[in-house]
Amino acid sequence: MDFDLNEDRRMLQDTLGRFLREQYTIEKRLEFAQSEQGYSSQMWQQFADLGIIGALFDEKAGGYGGHGDDLMVVFEQLGKALVVEPILSSAVLSGTILSSLNSDLVEQIISGQTQVSLAHLEPESRYDLAHISASAVQDADDWVINAHKSMVLGASSANRLIVSARTGGEANDENGISLFLVDPMASGVELRSYSTIDGYGAADVFLVNSPAQLLGDKDKAFALIELAHARAIVAICAQCLGACEVAKDMTVEYMHTRKQFGVIIGKFQVLQHRMADVLIELEQMRSSIINAAGYLEDGRILREKHVSAAKNLIGRAGRQIAEEAIQIHGGIAMTWEASVSHYAKHIIMIDHLFGDTDHHLERYIELN
Amino acid sequence: MDLGYSESELAYRDEVREFLATRLPKRIANLVKNGKRLAKRDYEEWQAILNARGWLAPNWPKEHGGAEWSAVQKHIFEEECCIAGAPRILPFGLGMLAPVLMKFGSEQQKAHYLPRILDGTDWWCQGYSEPGAGSDLASLKTKAERQGDHYIVNGQKTWTTLGQYADWIFCLVRTSSEGKRQEGISFLLIDMKTPGIEIRPIILLDGEHEVNEVFFTDVKVPVENLVGEENKGWTYAKYLLTHERTGTAGIGFSNAALAHLKSIASTQMKSGRPLKQDPYFAARMAQVEIDLEALKTTNLRVLVQADSGAAPGPESSMLKIKGTVIRQEINDLARRALGPYALPFVSEALDEGYNESPIGPHYANPIAAEYFNNRKLSIFAGSNEIQRGIISKTKLGL
Repeated sequence: MDFDLNEDRRMLQDTLGRFLREQYTIEKRLEFAQSEQGYSSQMWQQFADLGIIGALFDEKAGGYGGHGDDLMVVFEQLGKALVVEPILSSAVLSGTILSSLNSDLVEQIISGQTQVSLAHLEPESRYDLAHISASAVQDADDWVINAHKSMVLGASSANRLIVSARTGGEANDENGISLFLVDPMASGVELRSYSTIDGYGAADVFLVNSPAQLLGDKDKAFALIELAHARAIVAICAQCLGACEVAKDMTVEYMHTRKQFGVIIGKFQVLQHRMADVLIELEQMRSSIINAAGYLEDGRILREKHVSAAKNLIGRAGRQIAEEAIQIHGGIAMTWEASVSHYAKHIIMIDHLFGDTDHHLERYIELN
Repeated sequence: MDLGYSESELAYRDEVREFLATRLPKRIANLVKNGKRLAKRDYEEWQAILNARGWLAPNWPKEHGGAEWSAVQKHIFEEECCIAGAPRILPFGLGMLAPVLMKFGSEQQKAHYLPRILDGTDWWCQGYSEPGAGSDLASLKTKAERQGDHYIVNGQKTWTTLGQYADWIFCLVRTSSEGKRQEGISFLLIDMKTPGIEIRPIILLDGEHEVNEVFFTDVKVPVENLVGEENKGWTYAKYLLTHERTGTAGIGFSNAALAHLKSIASTQMKSGRPLKQDPYFAARMAQVEIDLEALKTTNLRVLVQADSGAAPGPESSMLKIKGTVIRQEINDLARRALGPYALPFVSEALDEGYNESPIGPHYANPIAAEYFNNRKLSIFAGSNEIQRGIISKTKLGL
């Protein structure tokens, strides 16, 4: 058994970590998040040039990684800096689908030239990946889609959208879902763009009789969608871990410097014990992600069980860590100016992506 | 034992309901119920309506224009107001300063300030906390030096809620550095228009401007603005904090928040049925409701005791802790209830005039922001850690 990263991944971790510490300060991050575009094009290109996107694809697809531990290494670092560039939506959610289908878009994603967003869930789906009612019908050789897709990450800057729609079956059937490639500039496509409360760009996407091109097998896309989400969950869990580590470090630092009643507040036993619990939860988080990352290439049941376990554990531990970070900082953590508040917001809101604590608890029970 | 309200309390409740149904402006109630921003004039409008009815100052004795209600009546009033969507009554002048003036102020101060608090002439804010004096309030450093007929005030206050609207600030200032820290503090009333005062906004994590920093540079304050005796301010402050903590269980707010949560959970769908029928979510909602039901009775037990003359001590600390934890839990559940639509946040949509169509359900936009904003509940007015310290010290002798 070996829980250490190999030489290549350690290098990847060091390179990315150093780059972010030097180039991606919290001030810059807030500036990027609040800009019109919601992220920095220059940073996006630099991530591509540094090989960060390539690390998320295997060699067959033209990358040099793509395994669970690559996702873990990269996204933990991205989480530490609260990176807002749409790497998750383009390289993981869409990237998994496109590389499985040997699409030539992958090369352009890796080079940073193209961004692709996955528009899958709908207002009524909540977190249920099979709850799809968008429809696609064939018109001669072409397909035409009608859909309302919600909370599509990275949609506003995407050059292409992957849109799921029903070509058969009922709203909850896994069978009958197909994937389509859509040009966001095509007729009938409309985006309602917004920022999430923790600063990430997303949109609700409306398609009215929009032209689309079928991706992969008709009716059989569910397995691929589930795999893409499994990989995205490993990534977002690692991102949460990175953010939690920083929130913990900031809180410990504050406990060493903030004085009340004539002593540093770190001298109060009640706070010491609560931070000790935070530390335990961080280790548990890391282990659950190691499990999920390690089983990512195994059979579906084993893979999905560990994915749901990790997302459930991270939802619970994340809430504890974010809330403790705010409480122990006191009033100052309630302010925009204190960077810990932005970490806390992201940690909490990760529970609303790809299924929350309860969704994955229920799913774990079903898979067991 | 009798768990119900008495005949007269029920009659009083009906009177309150009738009043709210007819006099609370629908416009304002809609802002509150939809989690929108309230402007200064919204608070003022509602407070004027209450004042006209003689209900603005439930705590005050009748001679000063108060309602002189019992603790149970006040509880009923708060509960009904919250359910009806009335804006909260800002406590700074009415609930915090006024009791101190009535007990320790000069006749002249009472005659001048109290009517102006009631009729809304003066908007008051609180100058207690400082950057270095939060939980440890007695370590405050803002200094007031006597020079002839004036105090010269220098220093900084922080977390000044809605201070951007304030005409006056009541401050704890240091007038002596001798003896125990608590013995050199005085209670001073300062006109916010005095030269040397600068107010700067603090933007909160949800982007809102609710609190401020207030800086004092050689601010001249007439000595007649001292309340009570010099160096006795700590006693007055402690008296004020007891007042701040009655009604601290926030039952009314939790009730309203739980009702809102339940309505969200009946419209949000999960696996083809309303979320309130989902066993996982239903269990979470039931758990917090059980806690709230018990807290209502704990609260009433303390209030009934208070009505018979026993001043609440550590009991207020218990109510503060449990009350804030329950309210935060309800906010947490509301956020969960929304699923992915808890994520989008459009700040402008909190403005009254915003009329673009909502993203997701119409009630979604303010929910996550409320969850984050209410993390303050367990921090302010004596953090829950400080309250636990009070309980273990005074109740358990530890």
